[in-house]
Amino acid sequence: MLKELKELYKYRGLLMMITYRDIRVRYKQSVMGFMWAVLMPILIVMSGVVIRYAYALASHAPLKTADIGSVAVKSLPWAFLVSSIRFSCYSLTNNWSLVTKIYFPKEIFPIAAMLASLFDFLVASGALIILLIFLRPGFGLSLLWIPVLLIAMVLMAVGVGLIVSAGSLFFRDVKFIVEVFLTFGIFFTPVFYDVRMLGEKGKWLELNPLSPIIEGFSACIIHHQTPNLPWLGYAISVALLSCFGGYAFFKHLQPAFAEAI
Amino acid sequence: MPNVALRMEHVYKKFLKGEVYNSLRDLLPALTGRMFRQQSLNNEDKREFWALQDISFEVKRGESLGIVGPNGAGKSTILKILSRIMQPTRGSMLVNGRLSALIEVGAGFHQDLTGRENIYLNGTILGMTKREIDSKIDQIIEFSGIEEFIDTPVKRYSSGMFARLGFSVAAHVDPDVLIVDEVLSVGDYVFQQKCMDRMRSILERGTTVLFVSHNTKAVTELCTQSLLLRHGQTAMLGPTDEVIRNYLSESRAQGAVVTNKSVYISQVKVRGSSGERSTFESGDTAYVDVEVIARQPREKLAVVIWLTDDKEYIIFDTSTERLGYEPFSLQTGESYHCTFELTLNMAHGSFNVCTAIYRYDIQKTYDSQLAALTLFIGSTMAVRGAVNCFPRLLEAGTSALAAPSVAADF
Repeated sequence: MLKELKELYKYRGLLMMITYRDIRVRYKQSVMGFMWAVLMPILIVMSGVVIRYAYALASHAPLKTADIGSVAVKSLPWAFLVSSIRFSCYSLTNNWSLVTKIYFPKEIFPIAAMLASLFDFLVASGALIILLIFLRPGFGLSLLWIPVLLIAMVLMAVGVGLIVSAGSLFFRDVKFIVEVFLTFGIFFTPVFYDVRMLGEKGKWLELNPLSPIIEGFSACIIHHQTPNLPWLGYAISVALLSCFGGYAFFKHLQPAFAEAI
Repeated sequence: MPNVALRMEHVYKKFLKGEVYNSLRDLLPALTGRMFRQQSLNNEDKREFWALQDISFEVKRGESLGIVGPNGAGKSTILKILSRIMQPTRGSMLVNGRLSALIEVGAGFHQDLTGRENIYLNGTILGMTKREIDSKIDQIIEFSGIEEFIDTPVKRYSSGMFARLGFSVAAHVDPDVLIVDEVLSVGDYVFQQKCMDRMRSILERGTTVLFVSHNTKAVTELCTQSLLLRHGQTAMLGPTDEVIRNYLSESRAQGAVVTNKSVYISQVKVRGSSGERSTFESGDTAYVDVEVIARQPREKLAVVIWLTDDKEYIIFDTSTERLGYEPFSLQTGESYHCTFELTLNMAHGSFNVCTAIYRYDIQKTYDSQLAALTLFIGSTMAVRGAVNCFPRLLEAGTSALAAPSVAADF
C-alpha cells in the first residue's frame, strides 16, 4: 500500500488538475455559478426547519434559534457526503476513455470527485459562517474538534467513494443502489433531528457511522459540547477502515478496469 | 543508463469472451445457478481467448519498432500491456524510463473546457508537469495551427481541429519511450506531413518509439525493425522492409485461398519494362498482368483494376470494358488473360493494386483481390502530395512593386 500511496503522491499534479477540471466544468456552464454550492445546503436547511417546526408544534416546545443553527450546521457535511459519494460513483464510468487508454493511478478520479465536492463544501461553509454571525452561537474551546470531524468526514467520503466507483464499473446497478441509499439516507442520519429526540432507541441510529460525525458538528459549534467520544471513536474507526479497506479493494480491482468497461 | 528501453518476455494475455455479468441483478442468480450446475465450470475453458501468445521482443534505447498485423492480431493489447493499463496473464516486461502513450488523440479532452485549458489537462494526463506545459504552451499552440480558437471550448471544434490539438499536446511530451497507435492519421495532408516530421525529430532526439499502424508507408519511414503479429503470435520479427513485404504478401495469400468461386483471379503480376518488380520511380511505366480462370461457364465479364493509396482511398480505376474491349465469356476450365499498361504519375508512397472480375449489366462482382500487390514509388524530394505533376520551374525572381498600383488598391 505504501508503494501505491507513493505513486499517488507522484501523480498529485494530475489529481489537482482533474479536481480543477471537475470544479471548473461544474461552475462554468451553470447560470447559478457558485450558487450551486449553497443551493443544496439551503434546501436541506429549509426542509429541516419545516420538520423542526412541525416537531415543535407537536411537542408544544418553542422552536429555538439553536435548533435552526443545528440543522444548518449538520446539513453541510450531509450535502458534502451525498455529493461526494454520488460524483465518485460516476467518476470512473464517466472517464472511461482515460481509464482504458492511459496509465495512472485511477483512484485519482474518485478522490478528485471528493475534492471537488469539498470545494463546494468550503464555499457553502462561507455562507454558513455568515448565517452563524446572525445566529450568534458564540465561541468556545469545543470548536477545536472541527478539524477532527472534518478529517473523519473526508476519510469516510474517500472510502465509500473508492468502493462505489470501482463497484459501479463492474456492476451497472451499483449506481442505482447508491442513489437509493443517498436519497433515503437522510432519514437514518440525524440531520433534521437530533439523536436524543428518539430517546433510548436513538442509540441504534448512532450505529450509522455518519451520525456521530454529523452530530459532532452541531455539538461543538452550536452547543459548545465535546462530541460523544465513544461514538466518535467508533465513527473514526469505521472511516479509517473504509478508507484503507476501500483503497485496498480499489487497487486490487484496478488491473481489471480496462477489461471490465 | 541501461541499453534496453523496452523488453517483453514470453508474454501471454488471456481474455474471457462470451457473457459477462455486469450487474449485480444478473450476477447473483448466476452464482446460485452455478452451484447447481457443475458443467458450467467446463464451459468456462471454451470461453477463453488468447489475445497474445508468447510474445518476446526487445527495443534498444533510441531505436524504433513497428508493429503491424491485421485487425485483432493483438497490436493494441501489446500497447496496453506496455503502458500498464492491462496486466499480462503470464510473462514479464520491462520499461526503462518515462513512457508516454499516444494511444488516442484527445482522449483526455473535456468538451466544455477551452483549447488552452485542455492543453494543460491533457498534458498533465500524459505526464507533463505544469511548469513543463507553461514552457511549451506556445510551441504546442503554434504546432496545432489553431491559435485563433485556442480560447474556445473544444466542443465547438471540428473533428480535425480536435485531433490536431490532441496530437500537438502529445507530440510535445518528450518521454523516454513513446508508444504511438494510429494517431498519425489525423488532420489533412499538410498536418499529417507535419506529424511525420515531428515523429522524425522525436526519433532523432533519441526517443525510443513503438509504432503501431496500418499505414505501412509510415511504418517503413519511421521504423528500422518491425514485428508482424498474426492471431496473437509473432509471425515475423526483423527489418521493416522484409516484415512489411511479408505482411502484404500474407494478406494477399489469404485472399487467394478462397477457391470455391465460379470465376476467380488466379494471378496478378506487376512488371516493369524488364521483368517483375514492385519498386518504381515516379513516371515509370508498369504492366499489370491479370489471369482469370473459370470453374463454371460465365458470360459478359470484364476485368477491373484500381489503385488505392495507403489509406484505402481509390486514386485510379479502369477496366477492360472501359478501355474499349468487349465483355468476355468463359467456359469451364478456360482462362482469360489481359495486360494493362500504366504510367505511374503518383508521387512518393505505397499503392495497392486491386483487381476484380465484374459484370457490368447486372453489377455483380465475381471475385476481387484487394491489395493484390503493392507498388512502392520511390521518393523524389521535389514533390509532395498524392500525384506527381512533374513540375518545372520556368521563371523565378524578385522585383519591386510599382508604387502607384499599390496606392490604387486602397
